[in-house]
Amino acid sequence: MVKKATAKKKTQEKSMAKKAWLNDDIGEENRLTMWRLQLEVRHVEQRLHDLFFQNLIKGTSHLAIGQEAISAGFGAAMRQDDYTFCTYRGHAHTLVRGASMTGMIGELMGKECGMLKGKGGSMHLTDVEKGAMGSYAIIGAHLPIAAGAAWQAQYNKTGQIAACFFGDGATNIGAFHEALNFAVIWNLPVVYVCENNLYMEYTPISEVTAVEHPAADRACAYGLPSIIVDGNDADAVFRVAMTAFDKARAGGGPSLIEAKTYRYSGHSRADPATYRPDGELDEWMKKDPIPMYRQRLLDFGVKEDVVSSIEEAVLKAVDEATEEAKASPPPPLESAYTDVWADGGVSWRN
Amino acid sequence: MAELTYREAVIEGIAQEMRRDNKVVFLGEDIGKAGGVFKATVGLWDEFGDLRVRDTPISEQAILGAAMGAAMTGLRPIAEIMFSDFLAVCWDIVTNQIAKSRYMTGGQVDVPLVIRTANGGGVRFGAQHSQSVENWAMMIPGIKVVVPSTPADVKGLLAAAIRDPDPVIFFEQKALYATKGEVPDGEHVDEIGKAKVVREGDDVTILALALMVPRALEAADRLQAEVGISANVVDIRSLVPLDTQTIIQQVQKTARVVTVEENPRLCGWGAEIVSIIAEECFYDLDMPIVRITTPHIPLSSADELEDEMIPSADRIFETVRREVD
Repeated sequence: MVKKATAKKKTQEKSMAKKAWLNDDIGEENRLTMWRLQLEVRHVEQRLHDLFFQNLIKGTSHLAIGQEAISAGFGAAMRQDDYTFCTYRGHAHTLVRGASMTGMIGELMGKECGMLKGKGGSMHLTDVEKGAMGSYAIIGAHLPIAAGAAWQAQYNKTGQIAACFFGDGATNIGAFHEALNFAVIWNLPVVYVCENNLYMEYTPISEVTAVEHPAADRACAYGLPSIIVDGNDADAVFRVAMTAFDKARAGGGPSLIEAKTYRYSGHSRADPATYRPDGELDEWMKKDPIPMYRQRLLDFGVKEDVVSSIEEAVLKAVDEATEEAKASPPPPLESAYTDVWADGGVSWRN
Repeated sequence: MAELTYREAVIEGIAQEMRRDNKVVFLGEDIGKAGGVFKATVGLWDEFGDLRVRDTPISEQAILGAAMGAAMTGLRPIAEIMFSDFLAVCWDIVTNQIAKSRYMTGGQVDVPLVIRTANGGGVRFGAQHSQSVENWAMMIPGIKVVVPSTPADVKGLLAAAIRDPDPVIFFEQKALYATKGEVPDGEHVDEIGKAKVVREGDDVTILALALMVPRALEAADRLQAEVGISANVVDIRSLVPLDTQTIIQQVQKTARVVTVEENPRLCGWGAEIVSIIAEECFYDLDMPIVRITTPHIPLSSADELEDEMIPSADRIFETVRREVD
């Protein structure tokens, strides 16, 4: 009897400890959100990859498979009215703001249901209503644009922040440096996030950069602290995001965060990534954010069926969105002749 | 009516709109406390303060990028690019971002902003501070291009540009800043996209823009006085949208047409207008169309060399006399 009671007590203690882990500063709700967001990104990206190889998506695409913890961690930490600015590798950042999967898949397939009516494609995903203020395909361009959105928030005292995501390659272009200096001198509520996946495009970032940490080592030039986070750990990302957002909302100005991560695929659809040393991908796949996070949830006492049901729901949603997108017609030809000007038209003369 | 200089009209146009609408903000290099390198923004910082009139670093991509981000999220920014030549260092923001965002997003993004910039030559600044680059802007779908020649047009068209829901590049001709003209009293807002007949005549239509307008007018007076040619002068005022109706009407009236452009020859705005005339009213013409432009050569700084390059009233007079006779 005594033995049984002790065992029961131990189990109870263990369960309480798990509860405490789960309901720390991040909490169960945020963790389940991040779990769902990581899965959405992974499965949508995987689906887009498959659709490319079925020739149902043309052009190019830049996948974020392997980098999901960054978009999920920041996405979960954002307020609904905050602004996201991202790059051509921006499916993930747009999706985590709540943009429609059908709209996204449809846009890449060039369908009428596309979120940009088929006029933008993979590299320009935008959902203004959700705060996803655009995907920018010219390296560095959106860093000053994000500063401008943050200026609006500062000017109107709205408490919004702008989160701006870019790759390691962007740290070597002028707009990065102009924007950082500008954001600091104007004390703007903008958070700059460098997703350092080790390769600019085909070339290792270390071969073309004067410092080891392409963003973090530049922070001191703008009077900012050097912040590096494990970009494969959504919890770590969430914490660093909350700290930076709170600082920005409180009038403390911008932050620059470097998240270390790795992309599993090449730079774009056309790139088989043969330039990577043997074994590098395997090493990083051991740190895959998704199985790692799944295990953490289980370790923290979340029931297997809760974890699995989210997975199943995401897969179902991706399947449904894919079918909806496939069923959508191509955009009507007359739609090409709209949307240049605010009046909806395209006329440059009378 | 009050007589103002072209630069005072810039100040009045901005001030009028900033008083009317709190969403109008203004940023650029040396525009605030210093009042602008051309003194075309004097007093704005004193009236509207640090929050609305903001000095920036020498970071043209940051200036236009910030203007765009602010415009996308609800403000009405005016951004100054000190010399239009500097647009080359932030052209990505103009051409890839500001101009295309609405279209690329299926109409989701509004970018209601104004880029003011000092354009053109005649002030001996050399090839990197004297170019007329309005044709660079004209060839991009998605951006309006306004080029005023008088103080009244500066004030009225600048106010219209600030109120416009689309992005506008507003080219101020730097050699005109000291010129004077009558400006209507009280609130003055003009309409973008309307050319103006600034001198009536029957024999030939001269189409001109910015600094070329007063030179065309001077040439027209001499043509009348010295050789009896009656020249009709049209100030194009806006390249995008382009008032082709007025242009074609005026060309049909005189059956002869000459364009006067400050930009170097190739792909100047006159070439586009000439092609429209050729397509749409060729059979109304009595004379081959003539383009007077700066030659396809970078501008020099020495007085005599710069004056040799940019179309002068003399050159307009001589060319029109020779061609019309």
